Amino acid sequence: MSLFKLKINGRDYQADVDPDTPLLWVLRDNFGLVGTKYGCGIAQCGACTVHLNGEAVRSCVMPVSAIGTGKVTTIEGLSKDGTHPVQQAWNEVDVPQCGYCQAGQIMTAAALLKRTPKPTMEQIDATMTGNLCRCGTYHRIREAVKVASTKGVK
Amino acid sequence: MTATRRDFLKIAAAAGGGLLLGFNWAESEAATTVVNAAGAAAAPGVGFNSYLSISPQGIITILSPNPEVGQGIKTAFPIIVAEELDADWTKVVVEQAPLDTKKFERQVAGGSGSIPHSWERLRKAGATARQMLTEAAAKRWNVPAAECTTDKGYVLHTASKRKLSYGELATEASQLAVPASVKLKDPNDFKLIGTTIKNVDNPKILTGKPLFGLDFYREGMLFAMIQRPAFGYKLKSVDSAAVKAMSGIVDVVTYDNNVAVVGKSTWQVKKAKDALKIEWEKADNLESSTDHDRLFKELLDKKEATVRRKDGDVDAAFKSAAKVVSAEFQCPFLPHSPLEPMNFFAHVRPDGVELVGPTQTPELARNETAKLLGISPDKVTVQLTRMGGGFGRRLKADYVIEAVQVSKLVNAPVKLIWTREDDMTGGSYRPAVRYRFEAALDAQGNMVGYKLRGVGINSGNSTREDNFPAGAVENLLIDSVEHKSPITTGAWRAPITNFLAFAEQSFLDEVAQAAGKDPVQFRLDLLAKAKQKPTGAIKYDIDRMRGVIELAAEKAQWGKKKGVSQGFSVYFSHRSYVAQIGEVVMKQGKPVLQKVYAAADCGVVINQSGARQQITGCIVDGIGHAMYGNLTFKDGVPEQKNYDTYRLIRLSEIPQVEVHFVQNTIDPTGLGEPALPPAGAAVANAIFKATGKRLRNQPFVEEDVFKGVS
Repeated sequence: MSLFKLKINGRDYQADVDPDTPLLWVLRDNFGLVGTKYGCGIAQCGACTVHLNGEAVRSCVMPVSAIGTGKVTTIEGLSKDGTHPVQQAWNEVDVPQCGYCQAGQIMTAAALLKRTPKPTMEQIDATMTGNLCRCGTYHRIREAVKVASTKGVK
Repeated sequence: MTATRRDFLKIAAAAGGGLLLGFNWAESEAATTVVNAAGAAAAPGVGFNSYLSISPQGIITILSPNPEVGQGIKTAFPIIVAEELDADWTKVVVEQAPLDTKKFERQVAGGSGSIPHSWERLRKAGATARQMLTEAAAKRWNVPAAECTTDKGYVLHTASKRKLSYGELATEASQLAVPASVKLKDPNDFKLIGTTIKNVDNPKILTGKPLFGLDFYREGMLFAMIQRPAFGYKLKSVDSAAVKAMSGIVDVVTYDNNVAVVGKSTWQVKKAKDALKIEWEKADNLESSTDHDRLFKELLDKKEATVRRKDGDVDAAFKSAAKVVSAEFQCPFLPHSPLEPMNFFAHVRPDGVELVGPTQTPELARNETAKLLGISPDKVTVQLTRMGGGFGRRLKADYVIEAVQVSKLVNAPVKLIWTREDDMTGGSYRPAVRYRFEAALDAQGNMVGYKLRGVGINSGNSTREDNFPAGAVENLLIDSVEHKSPITTGAWRAPITNFLAFAEQSFLDEVAQAAGKDPVQFRLDLLAKAKQKPTGAIKYDIDRMRGVIELAAEKAQWGKKKGVSQGFSVYFSHRSYVAQIGEVVMKQGKPVLQKVYAAADCGVVINQSGARQQITGCIVDGIGHAMYGNLTFKDGVPEQKNYDTYRLIRLSEIPQVEVHFVQNTIDPTGLGEPALPPAGAAVANAIFKATGKRLRNQPFVEEDVFKGVS
């Protein structure tokens, strides 16, 4: 066990955990940030996607000891009140079915749009295909990314 | 969220409850006070019945009793209540009800049965409250109730241009006698039902609020994971000394053939579980998928089988046939793999048991817990969390019982968690099944004889003997053989029909081809025959099935398009009718599925958004598993354990989907399953049209036509 100080959603957190603990479980078990989901634990499904210094990463395979001074953003910190353009687009298109994978989908889409504000269909597909949705909401995910791209993601 | 629910439980319990008893739910005396979820701003409302309360501020709280597994019931149920209440939807707050068998019936998510079961109950719940509010307003104004109307949360007296809000009337209305009978709306007057309404949990889902079972945490609770034996094995010994010394580990306990690791965090427990040194020993047959392939062939030729339906004389029909068509179809086991793995919170205390988590059958969870512990079911409470998918896996209470067992053994509140690997190797799979079909054609190409044998592993009856084309063929024999295996199986979304429909609808395509007939016309001719000259019992509605066939053919311009190959499929399951047409084009010599048209008849469509997503999601699910899903066994051990080797369909692999509904005012039926069964055959029949090759085994990706396609 070691003490780790983390910057998450603009706030300071600390946790006394095993150094190999994936960020996912520190967020959930230690900080109560449960919006980030466990799906596979091997970076295959994308349900655990968060931003590390603005880039989408899979928190289920990211040891807490590797974060250092990196800035982490989770679904809870994407906006104060659910008004990030991607969250708005997700609601407008009414994407969620069961809803479990959607935080990861949103974080992946938000990172894409930050890097590429007007992605082509091919770019949307190439990025979003990394996130599994067992309910099959893929059509709406694709549409919502397009809608979000018209709203100006910062 | 949890606090609100707990508060509700407390208050409801204090008020005595017992408002809903089957159909007599309206014959209640006391009003139940509930705290709605609109937050501190809203005062407690007054209850009208088990589903509904209204606060003086006009906030309408509707309880949704059924488990939400992604089928959209938590949005659809309140829409039905709000419709008959004439509520302002923006003032509606929806709360998930806990298990309460005194107030509610059939708190189950399964069989696409919630809507048909609750349709009338929910309408009456809203209509009764609306009538009581109307009477309260009429009394205040001293006018006949018949002169009053309602709209969006108000009672109106148009003649005197007066109106009162439901909030203003709630208290006095709730004190009126509950009307013995109420008038329900003409479906043509629906204002809310049939519109596009968003998932009521979107605000929480999209901001990452705790909603799901895995999100449930309780101060002082421990985390647990279990190592279970593979199929056909039992526990011989476990060396847990080293694991017990690992950081954060509280205990390692064994029961039956399971080894449970209990600790202070998910990760520490996971590491410890992986480090366990366990010896297993053989306790039963150790089966492999290659054994099953051989076994299926034996069972298909077996003399003895359970006859499911027999019409006419099939032997005579086949003897005198001008042509006989036969084909066999096989599918593998599938795990359900909902993205939220199995988990449950249990706290076994001396005075009772608290359960919280994702279950499609909370009453079963309660009853099995009570049975295990030898206590009365009323000592067990069950709170329902939103489920990260279920697909039938959470119909079973095995993982709930595991949580109860471990909580009891370690005498602490415990959240039991399955890893993804546990989920894929833990059993209760869609059974592996093989079918043999035979059809006898007369000289004119009419199908006069039909035989189906289903053989499967722990599959029960692998046929659905009364499905189309039964009723349309004079001589028919349907039977099945089941092989009992240590590999456990269970209901998987659209049980049995999830593969049977593919086999039946692919085979009918082959028969139509052999008869030299158009596949759509071939089915329509059979339906016409079933209508004019039915054979035996007919358990599907011929006109409704014809309706979806014709609608799909019209929308997809069946047979009229150039440059695409179309495949047809239609199926009746779970009380709804769905026809689908797949469209395939060839790219670099390989078939590519471009589009699927769906035409569905589920009666009244309650929510356009939810209904369209259920159809689209079922098609993606059906195609995905037909294309890629494959769980194989080697000596009782599953060979795929996670998404790196077990393939699910991804976003870049989906076709376009276009959904159409037959418009009618028939009482609605469910949509959680019915669009899945026809999907596989719509694709396979289109691929045949494009390539001349039949796909008879799943997953398709391992068939020749896809070899070399990534």
